[in-house]
Amino acid sequence: MTIDMSQFYEVFFDEAEELLAEAERLLLGIDIDSPDDEELNAIFRAAHSIKGGAATFGFMDMTEITHVLENLLDKIRKHEMALTAEHVDAFLAAKDVLKMEVDGHRLAAPVDQDQVADVKMVLNSLSAAGGVVIKPAPIAVTPEPVPVVAAPVAHESPVQARDDGLTQYHVYLPEIADKDASNLQEELGLLGDVVSNKNEHGRYVFVLTTDSTQADIISICSFVLDPDDLVISLAPHALSHPTPATTAAVPPVAVAAPVAAKVDEKPTDLSAKVKIEEEVGYGLFSEDGKDDVEEGYGFFAPFKPHADAVVAALIGDDTATTVANSGETVAVASVVAETSSDGAAAAPGGVERRSPGRRESDKAPANAETSSIRVGIEKVDQLINLVGELVITQAMIEQRISNLDPVQYEPLINSVGQLTRNTRDLQESVMSIRMMPMDFVFSRFPRMVRDLAAKLGKKVDFVTIGATTELDKGLIERIVDPLTHLVRNSVDHGIEMPAGRKAAGKPEMGVLTLSAAHKGGSIVIEVTDDGAGLNRDKLLAKAAKNGLDVSENMTDTEVFALIFAPGFSTAEVVTDVSGRGVGMDVVKRNIAAMNGVVEIRSALGFGTTISIALPLTLAILDGMSVSLGNSIYVIPLNLIVETLQPRAEDIKTVTGEGRMVHVRGEYLPIIALHSLFNQQTEITDPTDGVLVLIESDGKKSALFVDRLVGQQQVVIKSLETNYRKVAGVSGATIMGDGGVALILDVSALIQMGQASNYLTGAIPFSNNANQKNVNQTNPN
Amino acid sequence: MSTETSSSTTPTANSKAKSAAGEYLTFVLGTEEYGLEILKVQEIRGYDAVTQIANTPDFIKGVVNLRGKIVPIVDLRIKFHLGKVEYDEFTVVIILNLNGRVVGIVVDGVSDVMALKDDQIRDVPSLVTSIDTKYIVGLATVEQQMLILVDIEQLMSSQEMALLDTVAVH
Repeated sequence: MTIDMSQFYEVFFDEAEELLAEAERLLLGIDIDSPDDEELNAIFRAAHSIKGGAATFGFMDMTEITHVLENLLDKIRKHEMALTAEHVDAFLAAKDVLKMEVDGHRLAAPVDQDQVADVKMVLNSLSAAGGVVIKPAPIAVTPEPVPVVAAPVAHESPVQARDDGLTQYHVYLPEIADKDASNLQEELGLLGDVVSNKNEHGRYVFVLTTDSTQADIISICSFVLDPDDLVISLAPHALSHPTPATTAAVPPVAVAAPVAAKVDEKPTDLSAKVKIEEEVGYGLFSEDGKDDVEEGYGFFAPFKPHADAVVAALIGDDTATTVANSGETVAVASVVAETSSDGAAAAPGGVERRSPGRRESDKAPANAETSSIRVGIEKVDQLINLVGELVITQAMIEQRISNLDPVQYEPLINSVGQLTRNTRDLQESVMSIRMMPMDFVFSRFPRMVRDLAAKLGKKVDFVTIGATTELDKGLIERIVDPLTHLVRNSVDHGIEMPAGRKAAGKPEMGVLTLSAAHKGGSIVIEVTDDGAGLNRDKLLAKAAKNGLDVSENMTDTEVFALIFAPGFSTAEVVTDVSGRGVGMDVVKRNIAAMNGVVEIRSALGFGTTISIALPLTLAILDGMSVSLGNSIYVIPLNLIVETLQPRAEDIKTVTGEGRMVHVRGEYLPIIALHSLFNQQTEITDPTDGVLVLIESDGKKSALFVDRLVGQQQVVIKSLETNYRKVAGVSGATIMGDGGVALILDVSALIQMGQASNYLTGAIPFSNNANQKNVNQTNPN
Repeated sequence: MSTETSSSTTPTANSKAKSAAGEYLTFVLGTEEYGLEILKVQEIRGYDAVTQIANTPDFIKGVVNLRGKIVPIVDLRIKFHLGKVEYDEFTVVIILNLNGRVVGIVVDGVSDVMALKDDQIRDVPSLVTSIDTKYIVGLATVEQQMLILVDIEQLMSSQEMALLDTVAVH
């Protein structure tokens, strides 16, 4: 079970960012004197969801913060503590820290551990003190502005542009031993040509000509020296000869603009400094024009940001020299700052990156950013609909030109042929935007279950079924949260400790099953455990204690539904796994938002199944289209066993009615679609038409239709959006000619077929339950 | 479904409390002239081939593809036994957008858009008609012709239209 969780990191980061933004929005809008319970719950849920995700991916730092945050929020939410402005401040600070941590994991950006600790401390003390004001002094990073004396540009020099694709870098080393320097020179020699110079301060400056990236250089240098102390810049054309005039002269060019800034011993105001750098950078850059951007883009692409430098700068450390390097504009501005302080090492070489917002493309994490974009589902839907229209229009054109003389109109016909192919390709690509296998969600869980089980001392066997079921991406994304909660709940509350299981006569290893399947008009996702099951009495007692309106007469379903109430948890102890009673609340909300339905089936001592039925608003179905009279119907291909044209002798009847077909020793009831749907057709004898053998829930029937039309992928559209549910129909789709075809609900049809047989008494043994009919008709 | 519960309680109160004045699209069913609130109308189009739906009342002609949406088509002429039920190039379908639900109705013809003031609108006497009077907002007289103003939203979401899922599906 080695699953590379990192493939899901992006999803988590995106989610976390969204949740944080949402929490911030709510926090900012909250009325401190009379906070809205809904809003508090929402903030709490956001924190809880982030915690869940962070724990899943093993980002313990985030889990810690959110756990503390959650504790405090929980107290406020339960009105054990009044909300104060300090709380909101602390929450916002916590949000900032969380954002910083997300960035830390995502972009390898710096994380200020002191700030993290401070926030944690403040949250803890708030939580403990019940609202005693503790000034979160170090949290807000607003160092006093410090006069920053930026010397005019000392020298600026365009980078050597080379035809051979190599780049020349200047690597400014800190003061190191000659031996180290020569070692380093040797190492760097592996990357390309190195020329070693010693500048007037006795430091080494390597001029490296290579096709490698700055990141490579840094990683090599880091063997010998602290990369913090390293300054790398694109090589100026003529080093140590200030030639401001040439800035714009040599395109494609990147601008190195070392700026000397004098900083006194007080904490540096980074923003001030950066601003200066930016101004310098822009000023120089603006002359270079767009081409330079394009050219420079590649040079810096994999450049690794330097974390510690930014930390230092952020907290106002005595970072003396900061090289601000902006990959987008390829303006390299190095600031040489001298500290007049009490010997705080004037370490050259913090590397600071900034993005003036022109282009997102400078380093590995940025690549990850550009490799996926988040687009509103509505936009994709619109695209899909438009492409659908295009396909229909194209089909119409094709039909119109089919009457034309192929000799006279050959070019036109050829062009339309090409249009057809392009349209198909386009349609396929657009369709594929949305669809993803459930595996994308399911594969997150084995690790989580394993870790959780280990943490709780339980033994859990995790099984997934139907991971290839394709689901709309929109739904996939939204199902992750609820499923995470459900799986955690099942492991935490559902499955018992090994000893308990043994005592109950069950194997020590609990089984947790996650399954997905298309059923009728829905996708049903189920989380099943063979654990203790829900205790009706306990639920009722707890609900009564929580002040919910309950009675002994409630049905099991109603009682089980109680666990969806906010703040309802039957767990005795609140752990950081679950037990706060927030998870099920989120589950219900998220699923309701997807127009889905959650259902709980549970038997005390035997386990619990939580079943989520989601509508197929947009799922693609492999279908067989069949004709009946003048209508076309689509049958889901995965439910078709085979199709056959029966011989007259294979058709059997019982008491002259209730037709069956004899297929390889089995007698299957024939469901005549035309009579079930009261539709006119000329074909009423199965030997003239086609029998489609369908199977659902282990029951087989032969569906009698007129003709097979073809096999194709169809987009499932809900009939219920504008109309209502129709018996025997799970949805509709739009065919190539623009007409609507109904998609048959196979399991409903089988039931309907049996019911109609039952009613007409066509099948003997009708004193038995409907479901038995298929078996009963088997001869022996 | 929530629309239905809220709507079924209000219609009579509605005609009094809410002003019925406004702009109406008038259409013809048989010899009678009807009006419906223009803001409910999404578009007017011809009658295309519809896909029949099994086991539905005869006035539900089926569904059509309206730019990617599956839209049910109701023939009001069949529903209210008015006019001649023919489908040709002159058959008109009014596509309504009722609170986000899109429904098409087939009528004999669309005549006009009229602005009606309160004083032009009269209350409906209790009558036995195939349109329950609770779905009629009022009657207006325009150039000797009686105009029947229909609360199309409530009519279409009524149970007898069978356009919505009723509470007990199975």
